[in-house]
Amino acid sequence: MTTPDNSGDVRLSGISKTYDNGFTAVQPLDLTVPQGSFFALLGASGCGKTTTLRMIAGLEEPSSGTVRLGDQDVTHLPPYKRPVNTVFQSYALFPHLDIFENVAFGLRRRGIKSVKKQVEEMLELVQLGEQARKKPHQLSGGQQQRVAVARALINHPKVLLLDEPLGALDLKLRRQMQLELKRIQTEVGITFVHVTHDQEEAMTMADTVAVMNAGRVEQLGSPSDLYENPQTTFVANFLGTSNLIEAEVDTKNGDDIVLKAGGGKLVLPEARCSAPTTAGGKVLVGIRPEKISLTHADDAGEIPAGRNRLTGRIADASFIGVSTQYVIDSPVCDELSVYVQNVERDGRLVPGAEVVLHWSPAHTFGLDAAQDIDAGTEEEAAA
Amino acid sequence: MSTLTEAPPPLAPAAPEKKPPRKRGRFTPYWLLLPGMLWLVVFFALPMIYQASTSVQTGSLEEGYKVTWHFVTYWNALSEYWPQFLRSVFYAAAATVLCLLLGYPLAYLIAFRAGRWKNLLMILVIAPFFTSFLIRTLAWKTILADNGPVVHALNSLHILDLTNFLGWTAGDRVLATPLAVVCGLTYNFLPFMILPLYTSLERIDGRLHEAAGDLYAKPWTTFRKVTFPLSMPGVVSGTLLTFIPAAGDYVNAELLGSTDTRMIGNVIQTQFLRILDYPTAAALSFILMAAILAMVTIYIRRSGTEDLV
Amino acid sequence: MPFVTWLKRRLVVIAGLLTLAYLLLPNVIVTVFSFNKPKGRFNYEWQQFSLDAWKQPCGVADMCGSLSISLQIAVWATIGATLLGTMIAFALVRYRFRARGAVNSLIFLPMAMPEVVMAASLLTLFLNMGAQLGFLTILIAHIMFCLSFVVTAVKARVMSMDPRLEEAARDLYAGPVQTFLRVTLPIAAPGIAAGALLSFALSFDDFIITNFNAGSTVTFPMFVWGSAQRGTPVQINVIGTAMFLVAVLFVLTSMVISNRRNKQKA
Repeated sequence: MTTPDNSGDVRLSGISKTYDNGFTAVQPLDLTVPQGSFFALLGASGCGKTTTLRMIAGLEEPSSGTVRLGDQDVTHLPPYKRPVNTVFQSYALFPHLDIFENVAFGLRRRGIKSVKKQVEEMLELVQLGEQARKKPHQLSGGQQQRVAVARALINHPKVLLLDEPLGALDLKLRRQMQLELKRIQTEVGITFVHVTHDQEEAMTMADTVAVMNAGRVEQLGSPSDLYENPQTTFVANFLGTSNLIEAEVDTKNGDDIVLKAGGGKLVLPEARCSAPTTAGGKVLVGIRPEKISLTHADDAGEIPAGRNRLTGRIADASFIGVSTQYVIDSPVCDELSVYVQNVERDGRLVPGAEVVLHWSPAHTFGLDAAQDIDAGTEEEAAA
Repeated sequence: MSTLTEAPPPLAPAAPEKKPPRKRGRFTPYWLLLPGMLWLVVFFALPMIYQASTSVQTGSLEEGYKVTWHFVTYWNALSEYWPQFLRSVFYAAAATVLCLLLGYPLAYLIAFRAGRWKNLLMILVIAPFFTSFLIRTLAWKTILADNGPVVHALNSLHILDLTNFLGWTAGDRVLATPLAVVCGLTYNFLPFMILPLYTSLERIDGRLHEAAGDLYAKPWTTFRKVTFPLSMPGVVSGTLLTFIPAAGDYVNAELLGSTDTRMIGNVIQTQFLRILDYPTAAALSFILMAAILAMVTIYIRRSGTEDLV
Repeated sequence: MPFVTWLKRRLVVIAGLLTLAYLLLPNVIVTVFSFNKPKGRFNYEWQQFSLDAWKQPCGVADMCGSLSISLQIAVWATIGATLLGTMIAFALVRYRFRARGAVNSLIFLPMAMPEVVMAASLLTLFLNMGAQLGFLTILIAHIMFCLSFVVTAVKARVMSMDPRLEEAARDLYAGPVQTFLRVTLPIAAPGIAAGALLSFALSFDDFIITNFNAGSTVTFPMFVWGSAQRGTPVQINVIGTAMFLVAVLFVLTSMVISNRRNKQKA
């Protein structure tokens, strides 16, 4: 058995950053990014994700804690002595140098004389061989982005840091570059640490996502794990949309918890509940809008037993092609979202109709009711 | 990063050789500032203090001067030379207004209407700088010569009658009159008006004009309600850059004027370099400085543009 | 009526061009009169065409000497002011330090001060110190008043520079010195060049401050000033014209070169 190469591991322990003005951008945090993974730091602006990235790059000195690359402690190494390279937000290409010299910059600084072959190969990899003698401002946004990636990758860093690398691109190009970056990462096998505020981007590209909020990591896991089993209201609301319903713990039934919400009962697998479940305690019951089925109140008898149910009235319906999005007012909770695939549309499901919402208990998740129920929603971000 | 030293101890066990936080760079700004600031302190600020001190000294060249807190010098200087002070302010104000009136259309033209001629026009505005301003000012002696075409034209259009009536000119002459001096001042400081105007006009988004037009503003209304207010920073710094040097100038008054158009700069120059009455000269210079600083401060406060530098 | 509409539409253009004419008329006169053959000592009235002055540009006693003194002072003042001013500009933009307000005012004040005040006060300093007036005192004065202009020009450029560029350089294995030489300096260069050019022009053309602090040294503007009293030789116009042409040619060539370079690249 060979010892696994872990020189590309990034290990942050107890790392924090407090600025001179007293603002704490990053609370002490521990994080390990394994060699060769595509890791995303996801969060709204100001959550500390970029500061964390800059501490790994050496552009920001941590107030406490250590940064390790593999077994090497690099906490106090200046950026130019770290085997780490960065793709900067809005690229930071040197405007006075042409594309070739931009890409060759890192090699030349390390005293490598014959750079021509390497640079040309690198430019081929990002499909910019023709543009070598142009200045950055003569390239399009997508091309500049590829130059920035080439300029960093040519140095064969242990870790590539990407700071909102796709933020300046339009939607279509962003999709294309997401795939392209993913392809490059698979090809070179380097550890990528990617900072983004775009949850879709993080979920498409990364193996592991750390959701950050107010200088802390809220939850860390694979994209599907984060989506299916969020553990805080922030994650539940920031990644996609969640319906959160306040409920009270009634009884336990084997592996399930039975909760009271309004007049009805809801069932929640205990394994999917991150809140304490003493009888009489409050719990937030979460369910994703696409997991809910809608049945007209007249057909309520046809709903199979064992499913969680709520009654309500359709307040609004918007048809968006693949699905229809309903807003439903229920006695236990206003404005529940429900997405229904447009397979067989029930003509009776129009605003004003009385309906029953039902879903499998296995899709339910439970959160601690002591949290802000709106954390991570767009309304909260706008406020 | 000065709080580094106050950071809590790391949570991880201390690394065997923990380097102290980098302090490099803490004194760098002071080293960078030192030589230049020293220069300005010794050769700009210190002279002001010397000058203030000289203005309250008494004595003579032969016996030397002593500080006697002789503030009467100020009173004497003011009562003797107030006409020159007033004249300086008046000429400088007139030149500033003329510069604004003449400079604005050109700055506007270069910023919005010049198209591919923009760079060429800019060069033509700056180019005169490269010929010594004294030579160019002397050229006005030829342009405004008594039997030259300009005076002829003004005469036959009866404009000279009007300016004579206003006291700007005298007889059939333009040279050696207030008009010639103001004309010279305007000419000399015009680029200092045009450049800041152009800079602030150029920053205005052309779409704002379209938006104003779209919202039913006629061209003139667009100018009054959109363009001109947005160019205020340029107007403010342009007027300052014109008024300040014009108020202290003595070259135009000397070359194009007469003894009746002497400005305060002429008086200071004569007192300092010919009469060698240093206390009076210093007092005059100090008054000029104080007056200008006061005016500039009030002007900047009222126009609400504090970030001129 | 069509004429009035036409006039109205082009009012700005016409007014602007008239102003331009006002600005350039003296230069035209200077050029034309460099070919004059005046009768008396003064070159203010057109007499007849002559190339005499162009053939002997240094044919007037002391003029070319004063020109050389002016050029030397301008070169040294430019070097001094650019160096000191660039350092200050970098400190102002890149670092935090105490007394920033005082530093800013000390830089702003020389630009907001009538020249005659600075000239007179500097002379009192030199007289009090018993300094020998001449080349050195002129140079000191010129560096002083050019400094603020360099700071302003360089500061504007450095402020508009993306700090991420330097971070990118450090990230790509450039140490502090390399980062400064390879990235910061080349990008700040246009601002520094603008400051230097302005310094040169200001120093070369300065009369008022120089006149107070020159002692018996005669710079070119002082020579012109003196000749306005004694008699203006045609050679003054020759120098004025030549300077104008050199400057315009210099700017035009650099424009053409940068245009061509851009076209090749595009």
